[in-house]
Amino acid sequence: MSTVKDHAELAQVFNNDEKRVDWHDETLWFVRAKRDRASHGIPDWELLRETASQIKHNVLSNMHNYLVQFEDKALANGVKVHWAANAAEHNAIVLSILKEKGIDRMVKSKSMLTEECHLNDFLQDNGVEVIDSDLGERIVQLAKEPPSHIVLPCIHKKKEEIGDIFHEHLGTAAGESDPQILTETARQHLREVFLTRRAALTGVNFAIAETGEFVVCTNEGNADMGAHLADVHIASMGFEKLIPQRKHLSVFLRLLTRSATGQPITTYSSHFKKPRPGQQMHIIIVDNGRSIQLGREDFRNSLKCIRCGACMNTCPVYRRSGGHSYHTAVAGPIGSILAPNLDMKKYSDLPFASTLCGSCSNVCPVKIDIHDQLYKWRQVIVKNGYSTKTKTAMMKGMTLALSSPAIFNFSGKAGRLALKFIPFAVNNGLNPWYKQRDMPAPPEGSFTDWYKKNRKGEKS
Amino acid sequence: MSREIILNAIKQNQPELKPLPADVDFYYEQIDAAEKFKQVLEFIGGKLHTADSLADVKQQLETAFPQAERWITAMPEFAQYATLIQPADPHTLENVDVAIIKGHFGVAENGAVWVTEDLLGARALPFITQHLVILLNKNSIVPLMQQAYQLIGDGDHGYAAFIAGPSKTADIEQSLVIGAHGPRSLTVFLINDLA
Repeated sequence: MSTVKDHAELAQVFNNDEKRVDWHDETLWFVRAKRDRASHGIPDWELLRETASQIKHNVLSNMHNYLVQFEDKALANGVKVHWAANAAEHNAIVLSILKEKGIDRMVKSKSMLTEECHLNDFLQDNGVEVIDSDLGERIVQLAKEPPSHIVLPCIHKKKEEIGDIFHEHLGTAAGESDPQILTETARQHLREVFLTRRAALTGVNFAIAETGEFVVCTNEGNADMGAHLADVHIASMGFEKLIPQRKHLSVFLRLLTRSATGQPITTYSSHFKKPRPGQQMHIIIVDNGRSIQLGREDFRNSLKCIRCGACMNTCPVYRRSGGHSYHTAVAGPIGSILAPNLDMKKYSDLPFASTLCGSCSNVCPVKIDIHDQLYKWRQVIVKNGYSTKTKTAMMKGMTLALSSPAIFNFSGKAGRLALKFIPFAVNNGLNPWYKQRDMPAPPEGSFTDWYKKNRKGEKS
Repeated sequence: MSREIILNAIKQNQPELKPLPADVDFYYEQIDAAEKFKQVLEFIGGKLHTADSLADVKQQLETAFPQAERWITAMPEFAQYATLIQPADPHTLENVDVAIIKGHFGVAENGAVWVTEDLLGARALPFITQHLVILLNKNSIVPLMQQAYQLIGDGDHGYAAFIAGPSKTADIEQSLVIGAHGPRSLTVFLINDLA
C-alpha cells in the first residue's frame, strides 16, 4: 500500500556500489578501532560503564522528580523552560520564541532531536532560514540530505563529492577536494553566519537536575560560537538527557567521546547555567514518545543512550548498509530500538536489520542490552502483525519443517538437489540471501547421514 | 498543559526507584600528572610550554605569533603585555588574533583545562579568537575528571567549560583538520606560582 522503501530495499541501493560499501565499512571500523584503543587505556573501563548504567537506571526510576528539580533550578537561574509533548509542539515553541523577537534567521549546532522533529523543514515553511553549523551537518544540509550518522553526519560522502557541493554553494575551485581547504572555506562561510545571527539553537548532551545547568559537547566550537554571539539561545533536549548531579559528569564525560571517536574528551564541554546579561536562554524539554518507551519494561533501557554512536560504528549491518537505509533520524542498532516505539508499523523493518551478533551491546558505554531489545522488538512486531508477508510465510514454513523429522529430512534433500542440479532456482533475485552473495556448493549428504557414517562406532 | 501531561505520563511509567550507585574511586596511574597532561594535550593537537614569568610568556608568544595584531587578555596581571578585555558587545572581538586567559586547573587523563566565566571577560573570547593561550599553575594538574569535579564542587558559574586542545573536525572522510570554528591553536603555559 505504501511506496516507502524498507531497510533491505534501501540497503540494496547502497550496495550497488561495492567499492563504496567497502570504503564505508573500513572507515567506520577505523573509528571503532580508535574507540578500542581509548577504552583499553582505562583499566577500570568496565566499572565506569557499569557505574554509568546504574546512574542512568536511577534517572529512569526517578525521572519525574529529577525533571521537576531541574526545572526549578533552571527557572531560578533565569532560564525559560518549555515542555513539548511531541515534535509539532517543539517546533511551534521554537517558532514562537523567534517570532516574539522578530528573528527570521537562526544558526543551529548539532541536535539529533531537531532532526527527529524535522525542525528545519518546519521553520523554512514558516519563513525562517536555518543554517546548520557543524561541518558535517552543513555538508548534508547543502546536499539536501539528512545526516547518516549521529556523530559523523556525512560519513557516507567522499571528499570529492563534498568538493563538488562546496564548488556549487561556497565557490571553491572546481575539483578541489582537500579537507584542509574545504574546512577553511566552511570556517569563513560560517563565521559570517555566527556573527550575524541573533538566535542560536543547540542540542543538550547532559542536563543536571541538581544545578539546572546543561552541558553541550563539540569539537568544532560551533555551539559556543553560535550561543555566545546570539541574543537568544534555545537548547532542545529529550527528557532522558537528565543526570542527577554535577559530579556524575565525571563518569559520562569520560565515556562519551572515548566511545564515540576514541578521543579522550571533546575539545569543548560547555556548561551553560545562566544567560549572559541581556541574553535570553530557553530550554525545551521534549517527550515525543519517550514517556511511552519509559513504560515498556523490555525497551526502557534504550532511554539510557548518550548518543555516542559506538553501536553504529561496530555494527556489521550499519557499516555495510549506510545510515540512510534506516530511514529514521537515529540510524543503526540504537535507532532500530528507538524508532519502533514512535511508529511500530513504519519502522517494523528496523529490528530485523541486525545479525544479533551482540557487538553493539558490548561497546555501549551505558550497557544498554541493544541486541536483546532488537530480538524482543521482533516478537512484538510479529505479534502485532507488522512483519512482512514473505517473512511470515518463511517463518511458517520453517515452523512446519522443524516440527516434523520427515519433512525436515525431505526439505534438506530437496535443497541439496536443487543447489546441485537447478542452481538457478535459488540463485535468483527472488532469494534475498543471493544478493551480494553466492550460494554455497551443496554438501554431498545431510548432517544426519554424515553422523550415522562417522560416529556409529561411538554409540554405546 | 503539556507539562502536566508529560510529568504524569512519566510518573505512571517510570520503574520502581533504584538507588544511585555508591561513589567509586576510579583508578589512575601514580605518575607525574603534569607530564601526562603534556602528552595528552600534544596528542589532541595542543601545545604545552613552561614559563618562569608573565614576561617570559609574552616573549615566547611574540616568537610564536609574529603576525598577530590584536592581543586581548582577561588577566589584569597580564595587562601590560596585551589589551585588557572591556565589557562590550562580543561581536567586537571578531578580529582578535591572540587571547590570553587563566585556567583553574588541568586534567591529566584528557588534556582539558577548566575555565569559568569570571576568567574569560566574555564567553565568546576563547572561541572567537584565532589563537588561544591558557596560563595554568604548574601544580594544578589533577589526574582524572573525578578529581576535577571535586575541585569544581558546587561552584556557581553562569558559564564554564572544559577546553581540550584547539577546535577541530574530522567530518570530511575522517581527515583531522585543526581550526574548525574556534581557535586554530591552543597553547597552555605551565607556570610556577601563578597567582
